Amino acid sequence: MTQPFNPPKWDSIDEELFLHRVRPDGWRNPEPRAVYDLVIIGAGPAGLAAAEDACRLGCSVALVEGYRLGGVSLNSGSVPSKVIIRAGRLYTAARVAEEFCTGGTSALQIDFGVVRARMHRVGARIAEYHSADRLRAKGIDLFFGSARFSGADEILADGVPLHFRKALIATGARPRLSDISGLDTLEYRTSATIFEMTALPKRLAVIGGGPLGCQMAQAFCRLGSHVTIIQNDPKFLPGEERDAAELVSLAMARDGVEIRLNTTVTKARLEGSVKILETINNGVKDHVEADEILLSVGRSPNVEMLGLDAAGIAFDTSVGIKVDEYLHTANAAVYAAGDVCMPLKFGNAAQASARIAVQNALVGGEGRMNDLLIPWCTYCDPEIAHIGMHIWDAKERSIPVKTYTVMMQDVDRAITDGQDLGFIKIHTEEGTDKILGVTIAASRASEMINEMSVIMRAGMSMGTLADVVHIYPAQSEGIMLAALAYIRDRRKVA
Amino acid sequence: MGALADLNDESLIDELQRGAFSYLTEYVNPENGLVADTSRQDSPCSIAVVGFALSCYPIAVENGWMTRSEAVARTLATLRFFAQSEQGEQPDSTGYKGFYYHFLDMKTGRRVWQCELSLIDTALLIAGVLTVGCYFEGIGEEAEIRRLSAGLFDRVDWRWAQNSTETLMQGWKPEFGFLHYGWEGYNEATILYVLGAASKTHPLTPGSFAGWTMTYQWEHLLGQNVLYSGPLFTHFFSHAWIDFRGIRDAFMRIRRSDYFENTRAAVALHREHGARNPRGYEGYGPNFWGVTAGDGPGDQYLRENGRDRRFFGYMSRGVPYGPDDGTIAPWAMLASLPFDPIAGLEGIRHLLTRYPQVCKQDRFSSGFNPTLQMDGSGWLSEGWYGLDQGLLVMMIENYRSGLIWKILRDCPHIVTGLQQAGFTGGWLEK
Repeated sequence: MTQPFNPPKWDSIDEELFLHRVRPDGWRNPEPRAVYDLVIIGAGPAGLAAAEDACRLGCSVALVEGYRLGGVSLNSGSVPSKVIIRAGRLYTAARVAEEFCTGGTSALQIDFGVVRARMHRVGARIAEYHSADRLRAKGIDLFFGSARFSGADEILADGVPLHFRKALIATGARPRLSDISGLDTLEYRTSATIFEMTALPKRLAVIGGGPLGCQMAQAFCRLGSHVTIIQNDPKFLPGEERDAAELVSLAMARDGVEIRLNTTVTKARLEGSVKILETINNGVKDHVEADEILLSVGRSPNVEMLGLDAAGIAFDTSVGIKVDEYLHTANAAVYAAGDVCMPLKFGNAAQASARIAVQNALVGGEGRMNDLLIPWCTYCDPEIAHIGMHIWDAKERSIPVKTYTVMMQDVDRAITDGQDLGFIKIHTEEGTDKILGVTIAASRASEMINEMSVIMRAGMSMGTLADVVHIYPAQSEGIMLAALAYIRDRRKVA
Repeated sequence: MGALADLNDESLIDELQRGAFSYLTEYVNPENGLVADTSRQDSPCSIAVVGFALSCYPIAVENGWMTRSEAVARTLATLRFFAQSEQGEQPDSTGYKGFYYHFLDMKTGRRVWQCELSLIDTALLIAGVLTVGCYFEGIGEEAEIRRLSAGLFDRVDWRWAQNSTETLMQGWKPEFGFLHYGWEGYNEATILYVLGAASKTHPLTPGSFAGWTMTYQWEHLLGQNVLYSGPLFTHFFSHAWIDFRGIRDAFMRIRRSDYFENTRAAVALHREHGARNPRGYEGYGPNFWGVTAGDGPGDQYLRENGRDRRFFGYMSRGVPYGPDDGTIAPWAMLASLPFDPIAGLEGIRHLLTRYPQVCKQDRFSSGFNPTLQMDGSGWLSEGWYGLDQGLLVMMIENYRSGLIWKILRDCPHIVTGLQQAGFTGGWLEK
């Protein structure tokens, strides 16, 4: 361990504030109503969105949370990870800035204690909007404690029966565990506990090269840990296209992450205080030494302990609660939303699905999950964002694809920003101007993909997109450049 | 280097082709026909280089660099070696299931470096085996060449190498089993699938080629419509043997293009990348390009003049997605002659004038990186690589006379393989 935990004084105030907002000390659950229009289990992004929507519709709502408000996203996922990533980016930028600043910044050292404190401060601020006090003020009956079905229309919240006309399960997912031999015998971390580290590890081994593993590997490397990332597959980000995955690989290598692709961890053991991971790559045995291990091999839906059988709700411990396209479970009165039932485990997908479920449950809507266009992003640097179809999705449906690509190195603003690694790929149905999907690898891909989300939702074609005047210079101008390439190409083909 | 630069185009190309070919006779073991992977001391044989060498013997005969009987003798020594060497699961065999290990000991012909049983390299070897089997049409020893060629082809168990999947694995090791590095997208493997589809004894399953093409990416990139693959060599290897002009598979029929046109587009893309030179590499320009697999300066990182500079050793480089560390393969522009003679010649003339050190004894080195200055000039790969030399001899010949393309247009296995893979039109219909 290189750096002792040294929290600034203001940290405890923020941490206290955070806790007050997500789980107040001495909270007393309300007296339940005789029957609720909607009982929601889980107060993560899906549960909170559902509670507010139902409230707006004038319905009576009970919200049951077993841990803290905000779910994984606020407590151990999207929000805290962005703080760590931001710190890593700034630290990297500071070292670049040294080249055009006088005075020198080489003495700059990351103070992990302050980074963690900032994580708490940011968390507290974001928690305010959905704080326990606010939810109560809106008329939502908030129960802290365990939740389980005790019948087809009854849930026990911290042991107290709540009767419902409709219920929504939004219990989310947790880090999947691994059966690597010996791993259980030593302390390791998952996405749920990685931010509880009180010191920056000297050596961090990351098992799993999915979005979370890659993000954290790069961020901790930038903060100063020696990071080794071990991935079973021949490439990172199995859900992304090859060029995007390879770019992430190059970017991590550039930053100094030690990359072990095509490598399986066969055994974990402790030697003194050093954690050893034994690995095998195409028959060649090796090992990785680490002070901390992050296991990120996917997520498991939280379906156990919910008494689902008592309510006649079908589920599977690996894919979660079984829902139809209307998010309806096998129980006519119960819906599910978010990570507990969806393959796309992202906060925005959780919220969008929750809103559909509420409409379907309470006002007889017929919204379908399949109609949603959900963008997502992996927050490496460059960020990798995607929306709509991948090439392989289109091919499965026998749709011929032509991709219009603009390299960020040809986008003026990316050049001026010194952020020119990446690309914009717009997949079109060949021979038409229809946009099927988009992958963006860019420093700010998470922002840029939102433009594509609007464009695709509006059904805008490449031809129309080419007419949309963009700011110059801006990195999103690259989107227009791709559409202009389409126009030129169409003329050439014609 | 005055001499080369002073030659007219025709003489220059002749001279460079002759220079490249001389590698194959200098670094061969005449006893067994094995050719060294590189000119470096103790280099083992690469079976792919042997495939190129076999294909070059007919070129040498036609150009008067070898007598026909010399070529027959060298060819026979090679084919006899591969026919008689040990095939089996023993870790030091020469091959298994008709495939061969990537690297073999130059003398004993046994596996070295615990390397993999290589599918693509076996395909390149077998392409050479078929080339001599078609070219030598005489009696006596030439008849033996044809007999051995047919036997080696029939022995390859392509079906086994699918490992019960739709597409092909990349390799196999006796210690471990099949290797899969995630071969996604277009690359140099077209010839592998065509040969596998042509087999009468162990053919690939019928949908195999189509299964591979499912992973293709058709892209508009740097102003070109291109079936994308990053490293330039991937757009060359299959074309050294097969004349793809005017013949189309299902993928290319929809695009009203063909694989030859596609390599033209890839060459244009590489040239455009050189001209744009986004990373500001020394030397890059419209006449300095060719990012591909090959030797490199070795792993090192520099932050220099406000830029990140990361260099790699031997690796597969590509554009525009990278990796691109400022290293080009000096031979690559010359190998582009059949696709874009103007781009190829302008590039080579610029290179020979500006950086004559990349071509010693009329042979181009594997890698050159003027961004990484060493002793006042750019980093240069030591010696020569056999693959580069063999490919150059064939590409120059195809550009000048189309000899190899013609031989293989008349090769029944190639015709069958292409048809099985769904190719139609052009010379296939004649």
